[in-house]
Amino acid sequence: MEDKVHLDSIYKPSDEIVAREIEGEIIIVPLTSGIGDMEDELYTFNETGRGIWRKLDGTRSLRDAAAELAAEFETPQEEIEQDVAGLIEQLVLRRIVVRIR
Amino acid sequence: MTPMQTPYARKVRSDQSRLWENGRPLLTWLDIELTERCNNDCVHCSVNLPAQDREALDREMTAGFVMSVLEQAAALGCLGVRFTGGEPLLKSDFIDLYLFARHLGMKVMIFTNATLITPRLAGILSRTPPLEKMEISIYGMRAGSYEAVTRSPGSFEAARRGLGLLVEHRIPFVLKSALLPANKGEKGEFEAWAAGLPGGGGKPSFVVALDLRSRPDAARSGLIRSLRLPPPEAAGLLTGLDRDGGEERRRFVADYGGARGGRLFNCLEGGGRGAVDAYGHFQYCLTLRHPDTIYDLKQGSLREAVLELAPRLRKLRARDPEYLRRCGRCFLKALCLQCPAKSWAEHGTLDTPVDYFCEITHAQAEALGLLAAGEKAWTVEDWEPRVERIAGLRPGPGREDSPCREG
Repeated sequence: MEDKVHLDSIYKPSDEIVAREIEGEIIIVPLTSGIGDMEDELYTFNETGRGIWRKLDGTRSLRDAAAELAAEFETPQEEIEQDVAGLIEQLVLRRIVVRIR
Repeated sequence: MTPMQTPYARKVRSDQSRLWENGRPLLTWLDIELTERCNNDCVHCSVNLPAQDREALDREMTAGFVMSVLEQAAALGCLGVRFTGGEPLLKSDFIDLYLFARHLGMKVMIFTNATLITPRLAGILSRTPPLEKMEISIYGMRAGSYEAVTRSPGSFEAARRGLGLLVEHRIPFVLKSALLPANKGEKGEFEAWAAGLPGGGGKPSFVVALDLRSRPDAARSGLIRSLRLPPPEAAGLLTGLDRDGGEERRRFVADYGGARGGRLFNCLEGGGRGAVDAYGHFQYCLTLRHPDTIYDLKQGSLREAVLELAPRLRKLRARDPEYLRRCGRCFLKALCLQCPAKSWAEHGTLDTPVDYFCEITHAQAEALGLLAAGEKAWTVEDWEPRVERIAGLRPGPGREDSPCREG
C-alpha cells in the first residue's frame, strides 16, 4: 500500500466505508473487515478534521483544499498542509480514503 | 494496526454516549422483528409462530417496506439496528436486508438460533462485518436437553454447525440462554464451554424470569408459566450475591430507588430507541404491543412515530387501584421487572401488578438486606436512610426514569 501523501493529488472517501453526517458529527462506518482495530469501532472528527473531510469530494487536490481551509480558519497554509497531510496519511493507512490521481 | 495518531480524528467504540458532542439524534437504535415465525418451537419462547404459518407470512413487512424503514431510520441518525424474530434468518431476503442496512452505514446486530447460518452467509458476514456481536441462543449442551427445549429434531446439530461457521469465519458473537428444567443442570458446563469458544464473547447471559406471550395465547402462556423458576431461585440468580456480594444491585437501588406514583413509563429517559414489529408497527420496545402504545408505519412516517409516541407514553397514568396501592408506593419499582409491557403480556392491561415479578423483587430485596422477611416494600417510608445504612450508599436525587431491567 502507498503511504506517502501527495499534496497535489486528489483523494476521496474509499468504497470500503460509509461516511455519515449525524447531528453535525461525521461518522465513518467501516463496510469491510480490517478497517477498525475492533469489530465495533467507528471514527469521528473534530471541527478541523470535519473541515478537511468535507473537502475530500474528489474534485480538488489536497493543496487546493488546504488553501481553502487556510482562508476559512485564517491560519497559514503551510500549517494547514501539514495537518491535512498528517490526517490523510492515517486515513489512507486505514483504507478510509484513496488517492484517485 | 497502530492507533490513529492525529488530533483531528478519534476512534469511538459502540458506547454511543461518547459519540455525540452536540445533540443526540432522534433515533440511535432500532430493533426490527423481521418475523414472528421460527423454525424451532421452544417451550419457553414468547415469539415463535410455526415457520410455515401462511397467515403470518402474508402479513409480514415486505423487504421493500423494511428497506424504507431502514432508510427513514438512517435519515433520523440511527446508527444501529437489531434484526430479530422469531428467527430472522427465515426471511428469504435476509441477506439483502443485511447488506442494505450496512450500506446505509448502520451497525447490525443479528439475534438468531444459528441453525440457518450457511457458508454463504458466514462469508458475507466475514467480508462485511456486522460491527455488533451476533446474539446466538443456545439451549442445551446435548441433543437431548437442547431439543427438549426447541422441540425441533436435528436443531442441535444445525445450531452447532452454524456456530462452527461463525468461529471458522471469526465472526464475533455472544451466547444467550434460558434456565429451564431441561438444561438447568448444565449451566456450569455451558458457561465453561462458552468461555472457551473463540469469538464467543465470554460469559453467556441467561433469561431468568420468563416473559409470557405478548400476543394472546393462553395455552402457550400457561406452558411458559409452568416453566418459570420459583421466585426465590430467580432472585438468587439476579441479586449477584455470588458475583459481587450484591453490590451492583444495592447501588442500583441507591441510584434509582423511590416510588413513581401513577407514572407508568419510567424507562423513557434519553429516548433514542425504538422497535418495529413484524407487521410494521413502531413500538417503544418489542414486548410492548398494547394497541394504545403502537404506531402503524403504514399510516405515517418513522419520524412522526418517534416524535409522537414517547410524549404519548409519558402522559399515560396508572388507574388500577392495586397498582397505585402497591407499585405506585414501592421504593423498589426500578428493581422490579414489572412494567407496562409485562402487565400487557400477563393481564392484557398496562397497569396490573405482576405478582411473579413482585415476589422476585421482594426476594431479592430480602437477600440484599433491604427488607425484613415478609415486609412489603410499599409500606417502607424510610427507604433512603435504610439504603444508606445497609448499602453504605447515599441515595441520589430522585430520578423519574431508570434503565430497563431487561438491559
